[in-house]
Amino acid sequence: MFEIVKSLLVVGAGILGFLAIIGGLYWLASQLKEPWRERARVAVFVGPALVLLIGLVLPALINFRYSFNDRQGDWYGLGNYKFIFTDENSIIVLRNTVWWGVVVTVFSTVIGIIIARFADRMRGEPIAKALIFLPTAISMVGAGVIWNFVYSPKQYGLLNSLWQKLPGEQETQFWLQDNKFFGVESSFIPGINTFFIMVVIIWIQAGFSTVVISAALKGVPDDLVEAAKIDGATDRQAFYKVVLPYIKGTIITVATTTTIAVLKIFDIIQTMGKGGSFDTSTIANEMYEQGFPQDNEGRGAAWAVLLFLAVVPIVFVNARNQKAMREGR
Amino acid sequence: MTATITPGDLGQPDLTPMSTKVARKLGSPWGRAMVWILAALWTVPTMGLFISSFRPEDDIKSNGWWNWFTEPGNVTTKNYTDVLQDKVYGLPFSDFFWNTVRIAIPSAIIPIIIAAFAAYAFSWMKFKGRDTLFVIVVGLMVVPLQMCLIPLLKFFGGNYFPDMLAGTTTVWIAHAIFGMPLAIFLLKNFIGSLPSEVIEAARVDGATHLTIFTRIVLPLSVPALASLGIFQFLWVWNDLLVAKVFGGGAENQPMTFALVDMVGNKGNEWQILTAGAFITMIVPLIVFLSLQRYFVRGLLAGSVKG
Repeated sequence: MFEIVKSLLVVGAGILGFLAIIGGLYWLASQLKEPWRERARVAVFVGPALVLLIGLVLPALINFRYSFNDRQGDWYGLGNYKFIFTDENSIIVLRNTVWWGVVVTVFSTVIGIIIARFADRMRGEPIAKALIFLPTAISMVGAGVIWNFVYSPKQYGLLNSLWQKLPGEQETQFWLQDNKFFGVESSFIPGINTFFIMVVIIWIQAGFSTVVISAALKGVPDDLVEAAKIDGATDRQAFYKVVLPYIKGTIITVATTTTIAVLKIFDIIQTMGKGGSFDTSTIANEMYEQGFPQDNEGRGAAWAVLLFLAVVPIVFVNARNQKAMREGR
Repeated sequence: MTATITPGDLGQPDLTPMSTKVARKLGSPWGRAMVWILAALWTVPTMGLFISSFRPEDDIKSNGWWNWFTEPGNVTTKNYTDVLQDKVYGLPFSDFFWNTVRIAIPSAIIPIIIAAFAAYAFSWMKFKGRDTLFVIVVGLMVVPLQMCLIPLLKFFGGNYFPDMLAGTTTVWIAHAIFGMPLAIFLLKNFIGSLPSEVIEAARVDGATHLTIFTRIVLPLSVPALASLGIFQFLWVWNDLLVAKVFGGGAENQPMTFALVDMVGNKGNEWQILTAGAFITMIVPLIVFLSLQRYFVRGLLAGSVKG
């Protein structure tokens, strides 16, 4: 009971205090004479946002500078970057992140297309889509717990139970600790555990792709499809030759948005990969691990810069695609 | 015109009704079967967790949750009462639930109010450099929040920032900072497309900016604010990283933090893990089921968040 009251008080005080400040400033601005009054009012309207945005820009710039520091905060030149591109474990992190971006993006986009296509105007479409969209609502930590349970090596782990139903004698598998790819250890391909964690993000992201692509499908003009079918196209041909090209822009949007989200994957590695053990780490996870638990600000900052550099070209593709879509409309 | 529903868009304030379409089938019975199989596959993991959270500890640990169907009478709520008392860093799990509430509500409301003010200014106030400034704000969506973590934490821990505000307040501020570019962008697109005659008419009548903003703009923007608010709320509710970095000690940490700790230290205690995980999901699921329209639009609009 005490906790509830305390929470409400803190929440109420935070929001009311904030509103009081804005109201007070606006009142002060109104006391001024023109032209200062209008200027001051503009400042009250955009000022708070600008202060927060400075809190974004300045740290980001400082972070660039930090990436050239060592653990103690002394000048280290390109040392962190050199380390990242030569150290064996760091290369594993880079490799994992590339695979993450490709595998999750391809699978969740393709699954989205499949479901959107076949669910379109089917009976129970909203229910089917809601079931697939549901995982989008829950936290990655919650999702991690759900799937840790599925992958558990104990007799109550769903995947192991199914595995042992296969013909022949099957050993219990420790899916999340197996850093080899079907027994093969290679520096080019992540362990099977990483792929099992990817399944979870595909499970989350597919709902997003489904809903966006489904909305685009419903915007395809009927006459286009009718015309193709009158010309003798089968359903499949009409879909691949007419519908898919028509919604190309949306598919690019979905793919780029998914890639950006996947590059920042962190919570799931904390929950399912024990913070990056068993060669499961990714760039965003490594940024956290190096920057905070390991307390190596230079290296953490360098990982953050790499993440930024990885995101920029994809955002660029996304923005150009959005522009093309608007102009094409 | 069809209702737009795309990432990075909160829709238009004046929606024309969707055109009705004649039936057009591109599906096949096999395709539809596949959809239902996928929908079932997508549901099984969550269902397993849900069922397990109501099974007695001995049952959970001795056999799989699918065995519950053979004796569906064996249910208990003990796991839930147990997990709420379960200690993480010496604090009961229920404390972490309230921490999440304390973090999530202001972190959702404050940045949206600030962004709405700014969006109004960018749309309907005249000042020098307005359009350039807006382009810069949009450009900032590229910056991943990871770029700011280390320097911002130093600032909060340094002499420039009052100690008494450390903890939950720093998490609020961090969430407000990280949510700002997207919120301004989305709300500017929406508020900027309100009919200018309405705003002009009010101005001619002598209404001040604050009056126009609170009496006209905000009421007309309720759907957009709701969608964005729901997105930001869920984002914060589900967040682990920002709270972990800025929250300080366990006494300020949200449920996600506590749950990760349980996974690490009590990884096989599924009677508490299942119930704990489900408690973290209850609020998002309620929001999803009750406000699906706003929820979907908000999530799609916000999916481009940096």
